[in-house]
Amino acid sequence: MWKTILRRIMIMIPEVIILSLLVFLLAKAMPGDPFTGSINPKADPAQLHHLMKLNGLYDPWYQQYWNWVVHLFHGNLGNSYQYQEPVTRLIGSRAVNTLWLALFTTILTYCFALPMGMYAAKHEGKLPDSIIRVYTYVTYCIPFFVILVIGIWIFGYVLGWFPTTGSISSTATPGIGSIGSRFYHILLPGILGALFGTVNVVQYLRSEVIDAKRSDYVRTARSKGVPEKDIYKHHIFRNSLLPIAAFAGYSITGLLNGSLFTETVFSYPGMGLLFINSISYRDYTVITALVLIYGILNLLGTLLSDIILSIVDPRIRIE
Amino acid sequence: MEENLNKHSNISAADLKRLTKEADDEATPSSAKIIWNEFRADKPAMVALFIVIAFILFVMIASLFINTSQIMQTNIMNYNASPGTSGFVLGADSGGRPIAQQLIVGARNSIGIAIGLTIISSTFGICWGLISGYFNGYIDWGMQRVYDFMMMLPMTMMIIVLVTIIKNYNAVTLTLIFSIFYWEGTSRLIRSRTLSESEKDYVAASKTSGTNSFKIIFREIMPNISSLIIVDTTLSFAENIGVETGLSYLGFGLPIQTPSLGTLIANANDPNNITQYWWTWLPAALLIIVLCLSISYIGQVIRRSADASQRQGTEN
Repeated sequence: MWKTILRRIMIMIPEVIILSLLVFLLAKAMPGDPFTGSINPKADPAQLHHLMKLNGLYDPWYQQYWNWVVHLFHGNLGNSYQYQEPVTRLIGSRAVNTLWLALFTTILTYCFALPMGMYAAKHEGKLPDSIIRVYTYVTYCIPFFVILVIGIWIFGYVLGWFPTTGSISSTATPGIGSIGSRFYHILLPGILGALFGTVNVVQYLRSEVIDAKRSDYVRTARSKGVPEKDIYKHHIFRNSLLPIAAFAGYSITGLLNGSLFTETVFSYPGMGLLFINSISYRDYTVITALVLIYGILNLLGTLLSDIILSIVDPRIRIE
Repeated sequence: MEENLNKHSNISAADLKRLTKEADDEATPSSAKIIWNEFRADKPAMVALFIVIAFILFVMIASLFINTSQIMQTNIMNYNASPGTSGFVLGADSGGRPIAQQLIVGARNSIGIAIGLTIISSTFGICWGLISGYFNGYIDWGMQRVYDFMMMLPMTMMIIVLVTIIKNYNAVTLTLIFSIFYWEGTSRLIRSRTLSESEKDYVAASKTSGTNSFKIIFREIMPNISSLIIVDTTLSFAENIGVETGLSYLGFGLPIQTPSLGTLIANANDPNNITQYWWTWLPAALLIIVLCLSISYIGQVIRRSADASQRQGTEN
């Protein structure tokens, strides 16, 4: 068990190093620089040179990379050129928003998907099963950003039920009021994300339950006279639940990648929107930091899922 | 051949014909025929097939008659003209550009990129999966590490960074950039199937008789998993439509002068457009939904026909 985890982590280290190098070089290769646009257009070119030099942007790339890595290990990701603020603080404030949204969406996804998967498996091959199959298929193949745009149009603008921008309303009172307002702002993107992200959990749970239904221990329970309801509750569901929990890791990685779209559509100030803004400002420090963070989060999400799966299923463990 | 056979045997030509016909009737139908039967048994699938083919043909032909640079010229006089007004079937956007023509050219661009992306990324993914699955050991291990690394990359972000680096990119470079990141799903599927396939007896027999490895992979294993390949390619085509349009929606896909379904939907980013001028973005959004649903429905039908136990079409 520990061997598996250790080995996975050993493989992760070179991956992160290569990613950091790749990201750093790509960000450097982007045309333009962070100062030309933000300074008064009449600014002296000499002053611009001075700024570039001061920030070490004329150094050879390996020197810059080395400085960056050294700072990284001191917990310093540099300053954002656009916001004039340490990147760690900037991203920290945005990351909270993104992670809340991702967490909320994941929980909702399970709330929708677990009953659906169970119900479909219970009525295998009958009408409810086909309805749920059509539902998961339809939600799976429509591009998510189209759903978001149509969702914000209907529920945000036409019906006016939900806020359309930001993460908190400007009039929210501190304390309970602000928590309520934050929750209100993630409600619509969360529901849309959950309604349209059920396919993996539903299909996996359905096939797990159908397998379990035909297994010997269920037949034994039935022949002992255990009521059908209890068979599902205590015997089948318990056994099928853990593999399903493993999907949480994958699902969070998927949500992070979708956050670029969700946050753009809802103008929600999270890491995805920060990335889109930073790209147009050539804010190297923020861009590199964000790509690195997303990459590492991807890795951790997959690792989490793999660990849960290897606990459940001894066949995948490495000896 | 027929005469030759008759010289050495006493079967008459008529008998031979009848026997051949009987054998043909009893033989398993070809996979093209199975798929066709499946479509005939499923009316919605026929409708989906018709929609997709007719739409792609219409868009390809109609866009030949549209001068893109001319329709993309700004004309303040027609600012947000509503549908039905003089010469604007579907209205105009805030730059006075006609939506209907943009929709046709945009759909052609988006579908074209999706086709290109599907061909390139599927070919690469299939080769990668076949080679990785067939050669166990170090080759597989190395290829799996590359796969892991690609899976870890935040794809959308990497594409955006690459698009910003490349100056004057166009549809072709964009397709190539997308292809770098979208082969993993296919390769994983093909690899796992190849792993189980290469343990079968016919592969062992070929190996023993000294057949070239690449001949085994591409002439023996690949035809045997072709149904999986067809299904996967159709389904990833539907997904790939979302890739380009999504990036264009964010503003990092096709340049603004080139219409795309994504840039049309991006009109909805303006609160005025989304509430008052629905015609600037809603048709493109609905079009994407219909296209994706139809294409993946076709994929589902082909998948069903590949699995004999799920077929609905009866042999006739």
